Amino acid sequence: MSEIIKVGMADLKTCLPPNGITTLGLGSCVGIALRDKNNKVGGLAHIMLPDSTVIANQTNVAKFADTGIVELLKQMEKFGAVRRNVVAKIAGGATMFALSSRTNLNVGERNVEAVKAKLKELGIPILAEDTGLNFGRTVVFYPETGDYVIKAVGKPEKVI
Amino acid sequence: MSDLSLSDVTQNYYDVLKEIGNIGAGNAMTALSQMLGCKIDMGVPQVDLLDFSDVGTAIGGEEQIMVGVFLGVEGDITGSMLFLVEQKSAKYLINKVMMGMGDPGEEFTEMELSAMQEVGNIITGAYLNSLSTLTNLKIYPSPPALTVDMAGAILSVPAIEFGIYGDQILMIQSKFFDEVQIDGYFILVPDVESYKKILTSLGLPV
Repeated sequence: MSEIIKVGMADLKTCLPPNGITTLGLGSCVGIALRDKNNKVGGLAHIMLPDSTVIANQTNVAKFADTGIVELLKQMEKFGAVRRNVVAKIAGGATMFALSSRTNLNVGERNVEAVKAKLKELGIPILAEDTGLNFGRTVVFYPETGDYVIKAVGKPEKVI
Repeated sequence: MSDLSLSDVTQNYYDVLKEIGNIGAGNAMTALSQMLGCKIDMGVPQVDLLDFSDVGTAIGGEEQIMVGVFLGVEGDITGSMLFLVEQKSAKYLINKVMMGMGDPGEEFTEMELSAMQEVGNIITGAYLNSLSTLTNLKIYPSPPALTVDMAGAILSVPAIEFGIYGDQILMIQSKFFDEVQIDGYFILVPDVESYKKILTSLGLPV
């Protein structure tokens, strides 16, 4: 029996096949799915903000792109994942409301940039992405196959 | 960044927001009642300080489709404000505003979305006006932006702003009744600098 593990906002978890892992209603946040392509150890992080270093309160490492990815990788390594075999797929980072006056509303964009920069720094290739635009996404990741299923309101389901 | 961090933003912060929320939501409901030309009863606003992980469950699930009206707040204080209504409630509300001329389907027409945006504009305007009167600060709402999407996705916007200060979000839930019950939520997120101004204007030491 396989189950679907749920990851909340500013949260991260590891996942082993045949289980899947999901996070619901990603808006400007980014869902980073990591997977060791050899032993299929997987994990998902739901980050909210790009950079932990500019914020005083950073008790929750899963909240930030930089610390969240590192922590997820660390937890996956406990299950035998090897960093050089790890690949990533990312989704989210939407701009939910287009208001020119509030510049921090483009946090979605900045989240995506920060995630890409951190993955690059760690040498983790991004295999696929579904980011930006102006709608929310629910994602389900299956470490067995590496499929990253993306659902959005009023749009057909897609797999990246 | 301000030198004020979450460790300083203690219980006071939430108490003040709570009181502002009570007054604001009350005024917003009065405005709605005048607009609809009928009496609307409002339940006691429920103020919740929620962990990010509980936000979705509190409003019927992250995937619950909702209508969100978002405004920037400018003037003496800055921040943002969100008015959130569950899809069916929004549909009912719009139909009422349009005097029964709304579309019967589940989807929203352009006209309905426009009407909803105006409803959001008026009632958040009333909310912010009462805050302005209370604090004697100039508060100007920006034109509203509207979206129909999953609750989790819409709420990520204010959650991210709260996320800068901590791991919880303050939500003021106002239920309003006419023949049916309508669940609406107001979320006010002042920037940290504005929080100081609000406290000072209310005569509280910072």
